[in-house]
Amino acid sequence: MATEKTISFAVNGQPRTVTTDPGRPLLDVLREDLGLTGTKYGCGEGRCGACTVLVGGKGVRSCSTPVADVEGQAILTIEGLATGGKLHPVQEAFLAEGAVQCGYCTPGMILAVVGLLNEKPNPTDAEILARLEGHLCRCCGYPKILAAVRRAARAGGQRP
Amino acid sequence: MKPRQEAVYTESVERVPYDFGLSRRGFVQVLGAGLLITVSAPAALAAERPRRGPRGGGRGGTIAARLHIGKDGAITVLTGKVEMGQGARAELTQAAAEELRVPASRIQLVMGDTGIVPDDGITAGSRTTPSTVPAVRQGAAAARDVLVQLACQRWGVKADAVEARDGSITHAATKRVLSYAELAASEDLSKAFGQGVPSDVAVSPVKEWKVLGTSAPRPNARDLVTGAHRFPSDMVRPGMLYGRVLRPPSYGARLASVDLGPAKAMKDVVAVQDGEFVGVAAPTSLRARAALAAVAEAAKWQASPHPSSKEVGDYLRQRAQGGVPKNPFADEVAKAGKALRQTYRVAYVQHAPLETRAALAEWTDGKLTVWTGTQNPFGYHGELAGAFHLASDQVRVVVPDFGGGFGGKHTGEAAVEAARLARAAGRPVLLKWTREEEFTWAYFRPAAVIDIEASLDAKGALTSWHFININSGGAAVDTPYRAGKANCRFVRSDTPLRQGSYRTLAATANNFARECFMDELAAAAGADPLDFRLAHLDNPRLRAVLEEAAKRFRWRERVKNRQPNVGVGLACGTEKGSYVAACAEIAVEPAKDRIAVRRVTEVFECGAILNPDNLLSQVQGCIVMGLGPALREEMRFEKGEMLNPRFRHYLVPRFSDVPELDIHLLNRPDLPSVGGGETPIIAIAPAIGNAVFHATGTRIHEMPIRLPDAKNP
Repeated sequence: MATEKTISFAVNGQPRTVTTDPGRPLLDVLREDLGLTGTKYGCGEGRCGACTVLVGGKGVRSCSTPVADVEGQAILTIEGLATGGKLHPVQEAFLAEGAVQCGYCTPGMILAVVGLLNEKPNPTDAEILARLEGHLCRCCGYPKILAAVRRAARAGGQRP
Repeated sequence: MKPRQEAVYTESVERVPYDFGLSRRGFVQVLGAGLLITVSAPAALAAERPRRGPRGGGRGGTIAARLHIGKDGAITVLTGKVEMGQGARAELTQAAAEELRVPASRIQLVMGDTGIVPDDGITAGSRTTPSTVPAVRQGAAAARDVLVQLACQRWGVKADAVEARDGSITHAATKRVLSYAELAASEDLSKAFGQGVPSDVAVSPVKEWKVLGTSAPRPNARDLVTGAHRFPSDMVRPGMLYGRVLRPPSYGARLASVDLGPAKAMKDVVAVQDGEFVGVAAPTSLRARAALAAVAEAAKWQASPHPSSKEVGDYLRQRAQGGVPKNPFADEVAKAGKALRQTYRVAYVQHAPLETRAALAEWTDGKLTVWTGTQNPFGYHGELAGAFHLASDQVRVVVPDFGGGFGGKHTGEAAVEAARLARAAGRPVLLKWTREEEFTWAYFRPAAVIDIEASLDAKGALTSWHFININSGGAAVDTPYRAGKANCRFVRSDTPLRQGSYRTLAATANNFARECFMDELAAAAGADPLDFRLAHLDNPRLRAVLEEAAKRFRWRERVKNRQPNVGVGLACGTEKGSYVAACAEIAVEPAKDRIAVRRVTEVFECGAILNPDNLLSQVQGCIVMGLGPALREEMRFEKGEMLNPRFRHYLVPRFSDVPELDIHLLNRPDLPSVGGGETPIIAIAPAIGNAVFHATGTRIHEMPIRLPDAKNP
């Protein structure tokens, strides 16, 4: 095992410092050290999207991101998306469309969409599909997830 | 509603026979500290029943075993069913709310905690709707009757003079009102809830439904979109360690020797061997992984021969128990104008729920509590008690809403493994299977070899039908079509992989074979596939979904207006008391190596619909999930090793696979409700297979359906 290092970053607006193996997946640090279990393990190789978080506003796969790579960065996890008890419009859209079955893929899906809308407030359908292709829903609730994403995209990711 | 005979859910699933018996430790333990009420008797009884015996209705219990009304008016309903995305939480909440005459938001539903809930049986076989929804309705209706009686006693009025409405009993004539909370404040209520639920208790007729029949959302949906919900793999206990288990390098390999020394030398690592079981636990997942790698490096194994997935069809046929039955209607075949025979094959597939098997085990004073994702909480309870030689009341299984099951989470090995590690560590241990473990060591949907032979008379009517399923199961093995003589059987074989349930069990394989073969027969009879089916179909419910699907799809028009490289196909079937028909349009890509499913029309009927939005989600999910095994999913193995145990190589459906969907839910408020989370999957593969023939003129007899020119995956 590698020598431990002290690494600082911000999670959901809070400064955090961990002393750990720098090669440890960000996913493990979020879940095991910081208690943020909303970010999920699905495959460990970036093929399912369940572990997606935003780093500097962009979606990354936390299962295959060494924690050392986020030194000094701002991370947003699903726990930090709603502000002051008010849901983000993408979360609202998922609820409005009933786009959850088991809900295990939901945090990763929502953050991927938030990341997309950060980059492109009015994405085309092709852009939505391209971004979500790396996200698995094994309940195969894709039709309602797409409806939710289109609903959120129509609003440009803005609160109504 | 009359009490119905509880249908027995039968399955053939292999459990891992762990036995970690120690001398039994005596102890005294109070169950369920901090829980609302303690109803341990059903749980204690359940684990002592035979594991495969008829379980399940949760009937015959007291009202208190089913629900509790607090002095603050809070209503808690208890069920042994679990939520894995199929919508049981919403529908059972609706069932209770309907009979208690309250909005669904007033109900708190506790699911799958064997310490406090009644045994409602395994959450499988689409049994929640026909079995547990009525049981919850009866329990809630009995509670309502008690509330009415108590109010009437206080007021000295008759029951028909009062009304239960919105959480209160109202006497309109005198404008008096007693809320459920006020009634719960008296000891009389808890005494009355100690009585059994009468079997003849009256529940609301469908035409008076106010909560059932509506699209109530999942009660905890908000927690799912905020990440607040704790799935089993998210559970945390103080001082918890992360576990990993040593797996054989190949199927059937036996452990010859292992050295735990290097792992034990690592800081804060616990390593344990108990027979063939070897595992480690550490303060972080990373260190547990490193410790496991150290153990694995030194482990020696003895491999055993194992067939490859390429030869599995022959392997299963050769080992069919009692041999493969011969067609008893050989004389019909001999004298028939036309006769066809064909063999179909279906590959082993995995459920691949997005949340892998996970269990957090904690021992306290010799009592074991396990938080885990399972469709079978009382089955796990029994497995844990058996593996550790514990009395039933020394075990508690708690099932938080979990991340997908699809028939795959019926056996408790992850829970037993976590408990064994926790006992070695003397601390709680969370074990989460990796994706590769899930693909390799969870049980598989059985592979199938299906032989069919049928004969037609001069008018194109079926005179005989012979259908043999080897290995995969008897679900929907019978044909719904009229045939002069029929012989439909399931024959067991010697499976090279551990196998078990999957959404609709073998009904997918049996419908694939039967519906593809019906198309071949239609062609032999010179008939349109729709006409040929209708000419042999008596069941009015199956006819109704088939005719409706064909109409919505504009079947006749599309069959006639052929386009190059495009085909249409249809299929129908019935299973678990519900009815489905699907029409598919596919396109074969110019290189002729890929099938794109462009459009699916599906009509589904499962009696009176309890929750239309939830049913739609289930039908959508079934169709899209069904595309995977229909077109691509197949576990490939050689020398006991899985060749594709990753999402990189085992290709499940993604967003780009979703066809244009036209789904019609045929509501039949005049018929009893049955489950809808499984049967909608059975028509999609054969509809695609038949569409491929229409497009290419080639019959495909295997699932996954691949074109002859397709490159090997």
